[in-house]
Amino acid sequence: MPTHLDNEQSLVTAAQAGDSDAFLTLLNQYSRHIYRLGVSITGNHQDGEDVLQEASLKAYSAIADFRGSSRFYTWLVSIAVNVALGKLRKRALWKEDPLDAREGEDGSYIPQEIESWGEDPERACLTHELQRILAEVVQKLDPKSRTIFTLRDIERLSIDETATLLGLTIPVVKTRLFRARLKLREELTRYFGKDARNAMPTGHR
Amino acid sequence: MRCRQVIDRISEYLDGELDPELVRELERHLEHCEDCRIVVDTTHKTVEIFYHTEPAALPDDVRERLNGMFAQRFRKEPR
Repeated sequence: MPTHLDNEQSLVTAAQAGDSDAFLTLLNQYSRHIYRLGVSITGNHQDGEDVLQEASLKAYSAIADFRGSSRFYTWLVSIAVNVALGKLRKRALWKEDPLDAREGEDGSYIPQEIESWGEDPERACLTHELQRILAEVVQKLDPKSRTIFTLRDIERLSIDETATLLGLTIPVVKTRLFRARLKLREELTRYFGKDARNAMPTGHR
Repeated sequence: MRCRQVIDRISEYLDGELDPELVRELERHLEHCEDCRIVVDTTHKTVEIFYHTEPAALPDDVRERLNGMFAQRFRKEPR
C-alpha cells in the first residue's frame, strides 16, 4: 500500500481544512484497495463498488473528525469494513456462530493436498491472472473467515486491528485465520502444485 | 512433536508468535518429515502471495462513477 506518510499528513490537513482536491488525492491513493476489500468481503463487484462509494462519501463527511491516531488508510478501511459488514448482515451472511464460542480448541484440519509448488506463482502466470485466481479462491471461504483473511492477510492489518474492527476476540480471529490460510493453501495447490499444471489457463503456464 | 501438532501451530509459527521452544521442536520435526515441510512451505507461500500482490487498478467505469459522484457532491455543497 502507499506509504508517502509525510505527504499524506499534509493532504489530510488540507482535506480537513476543506480542500476537496486534497481529499480526492488521498482517496485515489487507496481507492483500489477499498474496492478490492469491498469485492472480497461482499463477494461481488456491484456491492464492492457500493462499498467504495459509500465509504468514500462517509470519509469525506467525517474527515474533520479524523484524529490521526491511526493511519488514514486504516481509518478508511474501518469505514469500508462497516459498510461491507452492513451488506453481509442484510443478506444474513454475518451472524453469531456457535462454533466461535469454542474457538481455540478445535484443530481438526487434515491437509488433503500435499504437493510442493512447481515454480513461483508470480512467475507461473501474468499479474492480472494471478489477481483473478486469488480473488476467486478467497470466495471459497465462508463470509466471516473471508472478511478476517481479507483484513489480515490481504490488507495487512494486525490481528489486533482485525479483531477490534470486527468486534471479535483475538482467539476467534486467530483460529479462523488459521483455517482460512490452510484452506486457501489447498485451493492454490490445485493451481500451483507440481502436478497441477493442467489447472492453469492455457498459454500462461 | 507430531504432524498433527505441527499443522495446528502453522499459523502462529508463520506469524512468528510461537514460543521459541515450540519453534525448535517444530523445526526438528520438519527436518525429518517431508509432508509437513511441504504443508508449511506452501502455507507460507500462500500467505506471502496474498500479502504481496497489489490490487488491480480500479476499473475505468468504477473510477468514473466515483469521480462523478464527488463532482455532483461538490457542486451541491461547495466548501
